[in-house]
Amino acid sequence: MSIITANRTTLDDNGLFPSNEVMLDLKSLKKVYPTPKGDYVVLEDLNLQIRKEEFVTIIGHSGCGKTTMLSMIAGLNDISGGNISVLGKHIKGPGPDRGVIFQSPSLMPWMTALQNVLLGVNQVFPDATKAQRNDIAKYYLQKVGLEDAFNKRASELSQGMQQRVGIARAFAIKPKVLLLDEPFGMLDSLTRGELQDILIEIWNKEKITAVMITHDVDEAIFLADRVVMMTSGPKAKIGDILNIDFERPRTRKSVLEHDDYYKYRKHLIDFLEH
Amino acid sequence: MKQSITLDKITKFMGFEFLRTLKLIFTGKIEKEDFRNFLRKVVVPLASMLLFIGLWHMGSQALYNTEATYKIEKALTEQGQEAADAMEACIASGAVKCQPNTLPSPAQVWASFNTLLDDHFAIRADKQAFAEKTAALNAKRIAEGKDAITYTGRPSFVDQILTSIKTVFAGFLLALLIAVPIGIVIGLSKTLRSSVNWLIQIFKPVSPVVWLLLVFMIVKTLTKDSNSDSAFIISFISVGLCSMWATLVNTAMGVSSVDKDYINVAKVLKLGTFQKVFKVILPSALPLIFTGLRITLSVSWMVLIAIELLAQSPGLGSFVWEEFQNGAIDSNSKIIVAMFIIGGIGFLLDRIMLTVQNMISFNKNDGI
Repeated sequence: MSIITANRTTLDDNGLFPSNEVMLDLKSLKKVYPTPKGDYVVLEDLNLQIRKEEFVTIIGHSGCGKTTMLSMIAGLNDISGGNISVLGKHIKGPGPDRGVIFQSPSLMPWMTALQNVLLGVNQVFPDATKAQRNDIAKYYLQKVGLEDAFNKRASELSQGMQQRVGIARAFAIKPKVLLLDEPFGMLDSLTRGELQDILIEIWNKEKITAVMITHDVDEAIFLADRVVMMTSGPKAKIGDILNIDFERPRTRKSVLEHDDYYKYRKHLIDFLEH
Repeated sequence: MKQSITLDKITKFMGFEFLRTLKLIFTGKIEKEDFRNFLRKVVVPLASMLLFIGLWHMGSQALYNTEATYKIEKALTEQGQEAADAMEACIASGAVKCQPNTLPSPAQVWASFNTLLDDHFAIRADKQAFAEKTAALNAKRIAEGKDAITYTGRPSFVDQILTSIKTVFAGFLLALLIAVPIGIVIGLSKTLRSSVNWLIQIFKPVSPVVWLLLVFMIVKTLTKDSNSDSAFIISFISVGLCSMWATLVNTAMGVSSVDKDYINVAKVLKLGTFQKVFKVILPSALPLIFTGLRITLSVSWMVLIAIELLAQSPGLGSFVWEEFQNGAIDSNSKIIVAMFIIGGIGFLLDRIMLTVQNMISFNKNDGI
């Protein structure tokens, strides 16, 4: 709460954040898919600034282009117009400065949990000794509660456990920006709650700028500093942005009991229903 | 205890689960469910096997009778009643010279199997005797710098089986060494894939016989000055060339159809080409590669017989052909023995590949 409310007053005349506070900057972003019937414009003139150490969730109707936007930030999808920059530098293709947690865990099923995390760690810390890299990987696996499953093959883990490895893998490469594409969408609600807690606990320590897509209004409020609402496509853009002024660290209980919670919830649901 | 667990695992892996049930029966620890399994997996297959042998027996009897009647009638029309009676008596007495030549009965095949085994032991004993007899002489010859005298008698049936297995493994290895690397390379590059696709599609359906002739043309020229065993070289290269296509196509497909999620992970982590290929693409293509190798092995065993037959390479194929040309009274039943041996070994090879495939694959799918 402190950061958000204190900083909200510092917007410049154009309604933008000062550039030294911005981690991720999308400027008049456009995405066009050519089809036989002519171009299909998914995103048009999309502007969004995300500050350092900010957790932003994005909600919107299915097919509105949320995932397209996220994979463009990740560099896995070409940009048709406008640009994306991280710390003022335009991105070119994918890279480990933008870690991704995919909707499906996307672990290599033939590797153990540890090997899966090491795959990224080895790549990002090539100068570290083998023991150091092992320690990094094990540290994050412990953080997600998998200290007993280091040497289990990914194919032997449950979906929820696999996604925990996915979280560990993403944090272990110490990205500047963390991109989460509906990471808990395939899990049952109990597991989802557990993983939200784990995610937010690690995030509180690491404070990595995070952008997360979700369909779940409660999840969006619980995790985020700001909730970005996207309009329905084609030509989707940012519809509205809601600041969530809850103190951090948050607990689920305190959030649910907060007076503003239902106000935020109503705001989001009203947006989605129109 | 631990050993029996691993034994259970191995038998289950190889698809011989019924062995476990058999063990349970003998140890008296059988449950109702197990018993039903036992019925389904042991009793029913055994019954169908017996039925098959019964049908075969009746069929061969019928054929025997047809052939005998024909022989008698032929004697009757060509030489008169006396000759026909003589022929009938001769057939009934079981004399070799007038036996009808037709599909042998199961009993005859079993007898031939035993003959072949006895023959094998006789030849082995003969070989041993020869080795003992020439041991001193050979030592002397080698000391004088001359070549040792080797046994040149005919190979036994078991020797021929071993030669065939050797040829198949050499061919399989060749197929593996050619098809897997090429499959990986063309799987990685779309351009390469489409550029060689036509060649693959054209060569894939070519008959083993044609491959043999092609290999013969090349090897004959290449081995002109050497005294190496060109029949063996020709047959194993032909076997390799015939059977490698399944592996080639499967490898290329496995490599080119890696799950997009894995590729995205590799992209985000910026893995180098080497790491991408060896840590992500190849392991994920491995199950398909092994499916290809399994097909390759069974194809190479299948074409081997035809190729050996044509290449005059000593092995089961030439055994079958020689027996057919031989036309002795038990030739037909020896051919059928060879047929069962070929089938049995093919089945065993397939099981071995299935076992390896199951060990390699990361999703434990049960094979057929």
